[in-house]
Amino acid sequence: MHELGIVEDALEIAFEHARRVDAERIHRVTMRIGAISGVAPDALRFAFDVATRETMAEGSAFEVELVPVRCRCVECESEFAPDGLFYECPACRTLSADILAGREIELTSLEVS
Amino acid sequence: MCQECGCGKAAEYAVDGVPQKGGSRLVRLDAPIPITHTHDGHEHTHEHDHEHPHTHALDLQVGVLDKNARLAERNRGYFHGKDVLAVNVLSSPGSGKTALIERMIAELDGKRGVGVIVGDLETDNDAQRLRRAGAQAVQVTTGTVCHLDAEMVARAAEKLDFADVGLLLIENVGNLVCPAAYDLGEDLRAVLLSVTEGEDKPLKYPTIFKSAHVVIVNKIDIAEAVGFQRELALDNIRRVAPQAAIFELSARTGEGIDAWWEYLERCLRSMDEPHGAP
Repeated sequence: MHELGIVEDALEIAFEHARRVDAERIHRVTMRIGAISGVAPDALRFAFDVATRETMAEGSAFEVELVPVRCRCVECESEFAPDGLFYECPACRTLSADILAGREIELTSLEVS
Repeated sequence: MCQECGCGKAAEYAVDGVPQKGGSRLVRLDAPIPITHTHDGHEHTHEHDHEHPHTHALDLQVGVLDKNARLAERNRGYFHGKDVLAVNVLSSPGSGKTALIERMIAELDGKRGVGVIVGDLETDNDAQRLRRAGAQAVQVTTGTVCHLDAEMVARAAEKLDFADVGLLLIENVGNLVCPAAYDLGEDLRAVLLSVTEGEDKPLKYPTIFKSAHVVIVNKIDIAEAVGFQRELALDNIRRVAPQAAIFELSARTGEGIDAWWEYLERCLRSMDEPHGAP
């Protein structure tokens, strides 16, 4: 629900980096969004179109790479990709709260000119 | 865009009614991130004293909330320096955050000063209520923003006299989605679930429950009246958030408050112990 704010924060970082290399236009923005980051990719895309209006990123392509959840089992230390909401180790059935990936909200790259 | 939760564009907020403008003096972007340009089949770094008519890629890999995370760490260090335990209290609206905080102020009964930072979209009703209960309270009115962030907490904390505060309670904006993403610099993250909300809340909002140190099931005094399925709710919490300590209580009647209180007392005592090398 806070996707517009997230996009604006991402664009602020993007504009700063684009200005640093004297770019005039941003043509492509890519982000990595974790499955349990609390950010909805569809809302993010919608917010991106709104937030880039009349900016150097207007009309740019927006790509979101979804990062699935990965956990480490607290008992047997094996790494696993959970199936569903309950992060149960497939090897020993222990519930895990040790989340290695899936919370990312990252600006990964820009294409500029 | 999302009128439902009030989330909006301008992050303009007020602390005790005073509008806060511009970036916090505590916040700034740190060291520049090295930029790699990829184009024409090769990578290089360079100064920009020449034209670039072609497009090229900037490889950034930056966390969008990194600025918030840095400020949250600064808040955490500040609170630790003042020997203050900070608890971020999160839940949906109406689940009893303010009532629980009032109960905690009453239980402490002046033995340890309580500071409260309260986040709401509008009004300072909760801060007034908590001042009447005996705490120092600062109201952050977020305007259109659906969560507190570390900068708002830093600004609000400036209003508190920490000489008289041992426990800082941060009452987040009522919302089970957005606040989950923002570290405020707390030591403990407590998520409330009231019996009127349904046993499947942890399944519907797993992200916030997975980030909790503590889950508090509130309003147990009316559990029977609303047909609350206790075992099912506890099972859902345990499976979604196996890391969380669970407490069942009624902030209104005080029933079950002892176990939560003992837990919190242990946390407070650990703040009193010397830090650093043994």
